[in-house]
Amino acid sequence: MPYTKRRRLVTSAVAAALGATTLAACGSSGDGGDAQSGPVSLTYWTWTPGMDKVVDLWNKGPGKEQQITVTVKKQASGDTLVTKILTAHKAGQGPDLVQAEYQALPTLVSNDALADISGEVGDVKGKFAEGVWQQTTLGTDAVYAVPQDIGPMMFYYREDLFKKYDLKVPATWDEFAETARELKKAAPEKDLTTFSANDSGLFAGLAQQAGARWWTTEGDKWKVGIDDAATKKVADFWGGLVEEGAVDNQPMYTPAWNKALNTGKQIAWVSAVWAPGTLTTAAPDTKGKWAMAPLPQWSDSENRTGSWGGSSTGVTTDSEHKDAAAEFAQWLNTDGDALSALAREGGIYPASTSAQLSGAFSNPPEFFADQPDFYTNAAAIARTTAPSAWGPNVNVAYTAFKDAFGAAAKNKSDFTAALGTMQEETVADLKKQGFEVAR
Amino acid sequence: MTSTTARRRPYGAKGAPYAFLIPAIALFLLFFALPIGYAVYLSFRKVEVSGLGLGAGAREEVWAGLQNYTDALTDSELLDGALRVLGYGCVVVPVMLGLALLFALMLDSEKVRFTPVTRLAIFLPYAIPGVVAALLWGFLYLPDVSPFYFVLDRLGLPQPDLLDGGPLYLALANIAVWGGTGFNMIVIYTSLRAIPAEVYEAAKLDGASPLQIALRIKIPMVAPSLVLTFFFSIIATLQVFNEPTTLKPLTNSVSTTWSPLMKVYQDAFGKGDIHAAAAQAAIIALVTLVLSFGFLRAANRRDKQEAAR
Repeated sequence: MPYTKRRRLVTSAVAAALGATTLAACGSSGDGGDAQSGPVSLTYWTWTPGMDKVVDLWNKGPGKEQQITVTVKKQASGDTLVTKILTAHKAGQGPDLVQAEYQALPTLVSNDALADISGEVGDVKGKFAEGVWQQTTLGTDAVYAVPQDIGPMMFYYREDLFKKYDLKVPATWDEFAETARELKKAAPEKDLTTFSANDSGLFAGLAQQAGARWWTTEGDKWKVGIDDAATKKVADFWGGLVEEGAVDNQPMYTPAWNKALNTGKQIAWVSAVWAPGTLTTAAPDTKGKWAMAPLPQWSDSENRTGSWGGSSTGVTTDSEHKDAAAEFAQWLNTDGDALSALAREGGIYPASTSAQLSGAFSNPPEFFADQPDFYTNAAAIARTTAPSAWGPNVNVAYTAFKDAFGAAAKNKSDFTAALGTMQEETVADLKKQGFEVAR
Repeated sequence: MTSTTARRRPYGAKGAPYAFLIPAIALFLLFFALPIGYAVYLSFRKVEVSGLGLGAGAREEVWAGLQNYTDALTDSELLDGALRVLGYGCVVVPVMLGLALLFALMLDSEKVRFTPVTRLAIFLPYAIPGVVAALLWGFLYLPDVSPFYFVLDRLGLPQPDLLDGGPLYLALANIAVWGGTGFNMIVIYTSLRAIPAEVYEAAKLDGASPLQIALRIKIPMVAPSLVLTFFFSIIATLQVFNEPTTLKPLTNSVSTTWSPLMKVYQDAFGKGDIHAAAAQAAIIALVTLVLSFGFLRAANRRDKQEAAR
């Protein structure tokens, strides 16, 4: 009995000593040295499929050398994950690393859930397009996340049906409207596309292409520009098309929408680089019949696109090993092997410009087998992404969009009025939360 | 020895019921009273932001007094949602209970055969989760994929848009009626079976027809079950959430705040304002309580008056 007791004492003393060295090691590595000593384990909340396999690469490779083990926890995705992160952060139980969409970053930062990692990852700035990187800094000197994937917007169309109805691929939005009208004349039961009010990201991307900046700061005040001239132009354009019946007004992602795409009732889709994946499941019978082109422009001289989707990797303020976590976030989103694995396992389109032309993207997506230069074009289009400006209540604006534009699309009524509602609700919410709003 | 038992017994007898109740009370407090109390606490708080709201310490939780409540009561969207639910309830409750009563009476009549199979068939939709039922009906409501519309089209009949305007209420009510009728029917049917056979015999001897028996004897005798099912239906209607939420992605006609509970959900998890959501939830709970118990009291009073006559 006394023997066991003493042994226990010895073991705990050793453990305590080990713990002390670990702590010391963590303390000393704070000044940004590459050498991390002492084992560190991190948790990572993400929704990317196959992320566990990518993380295995780290745990067996660079992670093993640096004694940093990362554990993947598949949680909810998108906005639901933001809610979970905020709840966990409130309890001080947040994970070390999180995946977050770009437009959610201000909400997370405003709740003090994301740490500033500019000291650790600031030098990878050059690996990303400026418009992408700027979203992780929120226009400040801080860096709150490392970009992972992006969703540059493009125009997808049924090549066979465009030929059949003798339609030209529109280079400008005016031509787009003409194409929609021509199709109506040639085949009244068909639609070029639909204006869907159930995904706010699409509208935000279109506004971004037109040059809108929805949230900006003026000193200590937020300025909301949802009803600015650029966005009004976009809203009027689509409102006009819906009103005259040139495009459909039913939402996307419904069984009816799938059928319309699969049977060629709708023959084009304004979407983003990830569209091949969606089309594969929504319209399986149309494989090989689609083609991708740049988004139509507002004028001949312009060459810009918006983005729809995309996410980043952030380090939380709850993390006790911010250096290690930032180290991993940087590896995950800039290392060639990691990005190839991410493309292969998770089907993501990388934010890193060099990875966009890597081996993983030398062949076109299977659904677009006849367009060998799909990814070369995609990389060129990605470079033209216009900057975006997100604020602390994107979620409120997005909900307001769904309700106001849903009703306007249904009634084929004034889209400008719907835009006004969206602006008002967003400003009212900011004020209610106590933000100062510049007018 | 005897004296100790004598002294102990009364104490033991008094304490025993409470000892048995402890697990239930503990669970009640932990998983019912505590969350409700916390929600009420949250409803009196709010978050205040300073400056741009970026970085540490930019957000602070402070007391809000009754502000969340006044905001909720002056919010036209919550009131509109309540009116929409009222319209929906005016369709659901009478139709569902009427059908349930009709089916129960028919099952109870002597002429019906295959009672167990029929009863199960009517009850079965209740076993299907609300979300699944709404998804299923959603498919049937979409003109492009619905077999009903295909048939209507072939027959050259008009094809109404069920996901818009007035028909939307019917479409939503239909899902609730389809799912809820069976349950209410079973409740009414069970109490019909409990009526002693002598009563019917006496009625028959007096020359009452089956219709008269149903109207004059059966319905008055199952009145307590009707009150109960009405009570449940009111609560279920006020809390409607699954059906409109599931149909929402299919149409532009259902907003994110269509019903009051959807507004609570949207405020809590869409806007991230749990304080406003908590206040609205408290108001909805209070209204539900007042309406349902008010109805129960009114029904009981009428019963007592009739008994006194």
